[in-house]
Amino acid sequence: MISDSSMPYSAPTLAPGADDDQLLHVSLGPQHPSTHGVFRMNVVLDGETVVSLKPVFGYLHRNHEKIAEGVTYLSSMPYTDRLDYICPLSNNWAYAHAVEKLAGIEVPERAEYMRVILAELTRLINHTAFMGFILGDMGAWGSALMYAFRERELILDLFEDLTGARMMANFMRFGGCRNDLPAGWAEKCSVLVDDYGPFLDEMEKFLVGNEILLARCQDVGQLPKETLINGGITGPMLRAAGVNYDIRKAEPYGIYERFSFRIPLGDKGDCYDRIMIRFLEMRESLKILRQALDQLPEGEYVNPKAKIRGFKPPVGEAYARIEGPKGELGFHLISDGTVNPYRYRVRPPSFINLTLLEDMCLGLDLADVVIILGSIDIVLGEVDR
Amino acid sequence: MNLFAAISTEPALWSPEWLPRLPQRLVEMLLGFLGAPEWLVSIAGFLVAAGTVVGVFLGGFALLSLIERKTLARIQNRIGPNRAGWFGILQPVADGIKMLTKEDIVPAKAEKFLHLLAPILIVVPAILALGVIPYGREWTPVSLELGLLFFFAVGSLTELSVFIAGWASGSKFPMLGAMRAISQMVSYELPLIISALGVVMVSGTLSLPLIVEQQGGFHLGFIPAWNLFTPWGFFAGILFFICSIAEANRCPFDLPEGESEIVAGHMTEYSGFKYALFFMGEYLGLFAISALGITLFLGGWQAPLPGLGFLPSWIWFFGKLAIVIFMFLWIRGTYPRVRIDQLMRFAWLCMIPMALLTLPAAGIWTILNRDGHGFLAWAITVPLLLIPCVIVTVIFNRRLASANRTYRFAE
Repeated sequence: MISDSSMPYSAPTLAPGADDDQLLHVSLGPQHPSTHGVFRMNVVLDGETVVSLKPVFGYLHRNHEKIAEGVTYLSSMPYTDRLDYICPLSNNWAYAHAVEKLAGIEVPERAEYMRVILAELTRLINHTAFMGFILGDMGAWGSALMYAFRERELILDLFEDLTGARMMANFMRFGGCRNDLPAGWAEKCSVLVDDYGPFLDEMEKFLVGNEILLARCQDVGQLPKETLINGGITGPMLRAAGVNYDIRKAEPYGIYERFSFRIPLGDKGDCYDRIMIRFLEMRESLKILRQALDQLPEGEYVNPKAKIRGFKPPVGEAYARIEGPKGELGFHLISDGTVNPYRYRVRPPSFINLTLLEDMCLGLDLADVVIILGSIDIVLGEVDR
Repeated sequence: MNLFAAISTEPALWSPEWLPRLPQRLVEMLLGFLGAPEWLVSIAGFLVAAGTVVGVFLGGFALLSLIERKTLARIQNRIGPNRAGWFGILQPVADGIKMLTKEDIVPAKAEKFLHLLAPILIVVPAILALGVIPYGREWTPVSLELGLLFFFAVGSLTELSVFIAGWASGSKFPMLGAMRAISQMVSYELPLIISALGVVMVSGTLSLPLIVEQQGGFHLGFIPAWNLFTPWGFFAGILFFICSIAEANRCPFDLPEGESEIVAGHMTEYSGFKYALFFMGEYLGLFAISALGITLFLGGWQAPLPGLGFLPSWIWFFGKLAIVIFMFLWIRGTYPRVRIDQLMRFAWLCMIPMALLTLPAAGIWTILNRDGHGFLAWAITVPLLLIPCVIVTVIFNRRLASANRTYRFAE
């Protein structure tokens, strides 16, 4: 169980005139067990070493942005669920946030608290499922995933109680949320938050000390900070490399200033750091959840002045972003004063984090490619839109 | 070659000890009664003896495919197959019907004949290897004097068939899987054989029944005199177990299949019954390598405690087999997969040196014990093996980057 700890970052490229007969051109995907959906990589292999890797996407393109230009603002809300279908409520919030910024709608305090609670629960879901997926990519087929999904189910049950749907929530509205918390929901959520810490301890104990996991993940897929910043990488991937950039702190939205939480930062930015950062982020999310549940005020769950029918924001333009579980999730809207947006643009973290895939994979093994792709944590619904 | 030595002894026909040989005895008696010539009787008896082994292990294969799914399911907090029959007991039947009725697809670029040959070639050596194992005191299907050599000789044929499968499929994932399989199997065959050599040195024979006979008796009245309970045997047994995981392509060394990386390795382009044959070959190979490990290190059919000899010896053998197989399943449910370079480095830098060390240790142990210096034997062999083991472990763990990274927190 060894890996060279002192491997510097290097990106060997296909030398001009290299003997192409020695190279194996493999198309990984779109039907491949661990591309996390219909994603394809055209890989050139020298033995098992990656010489070149070209991502190909678009197999799940659903014309999301163009469709949104043809329907009313609220009609796009269910579509945002289908972007990153692991965490629909974050997407809902990002879109609602953008429209509220465009139309200048106030959000009542209770709704803000509900949004924070739901967004942090979503972060828990995403990072927990991530642990299972990346272990699956490493070859521990199903074991970690099943335990991750067991906990995810508990959160999804909460979502079902609240929104009626387990995944496709369609819950946020401009100026608040669709409905109030049902009776007893906050208590159930509180129990879940208390039970989640021990589950994380257990998971961390089993995963983090594992020699094979260490050997597979440490010093794999690291890039210099500058490259990451220039590439527009956000989210846990960027913070694992030690860049202190979390939109909840850098440009606070909602009511995040009211909570005390910290931003975990890694050092090397390899796959192991990306796993650990997500563990630590989940613990911080639990802190936020605990504070939010304790402070949850009574009041309106949606701004009564916000119009639902005939909603026409003034002419203008807005870009709003939130710290989604996978990184900066932003919506850019241009209004021409009609009921439909003139331009609707999503800034998906999965897609932009994926752009540096080749730089991370060059010179490594085929087996590493799968782990690196897993550590980026993509959802193809969001990449292709 | 005393091929027929075991058959000639006259048994008590209905004793439980002889139960597995009963079909063979009955056929022989029937043919003898009908006045068939001598050669026909022995050949028929031989065929039935082989048929018994194949039948037992095909049943074991069906059972194991269910048990594996059930065990993995319990490890993974699931229930597992439970729809077909009680507790899913008919699931192997359902799987078999499904496999038989599926379309058999041969890729256009495949070498048709070799593509057909590979799944057959992978089953045959596994069955041949199972033939030389002593399953009970009176039950060795083919009692070869060079049984161990025969086992390794046919066992290495598996590599050939895996490579044929990878090459003949005319596809890239199978090719990658085949290349991985060859490098892995060649690397792990060495420590596997070397760790078995210590047993041969001590026993002075390559005959598997004799190796088991020599592990009879008990130290201090209750510790079985198995090779595992000697210093060299303990190390060699662990090395043998690790190598057998790699030989059987099981997790964490299941790189040739590498499901998340190269789809299914050499089996990618197989479907229907050919795929089922690969599956069968793997399971039979798993049985064979576990059975050999039990024979060499765990006393074969010898009872684990004194006073338990009243049970038929083959029950002990299959009990041990069940435990060893469970270890394989347990590891599969627990560990992620290693990378190819880590796998090779582990074989060449750790397994082979440690396996070589067990040879002098076994020699010293035997000579000192023969001369009656039992304490001295412990005092020399334990440090001889333990110190290099610790050194190798420390070096390996140091080359592994520190597990205890610290993380900063920004407010």
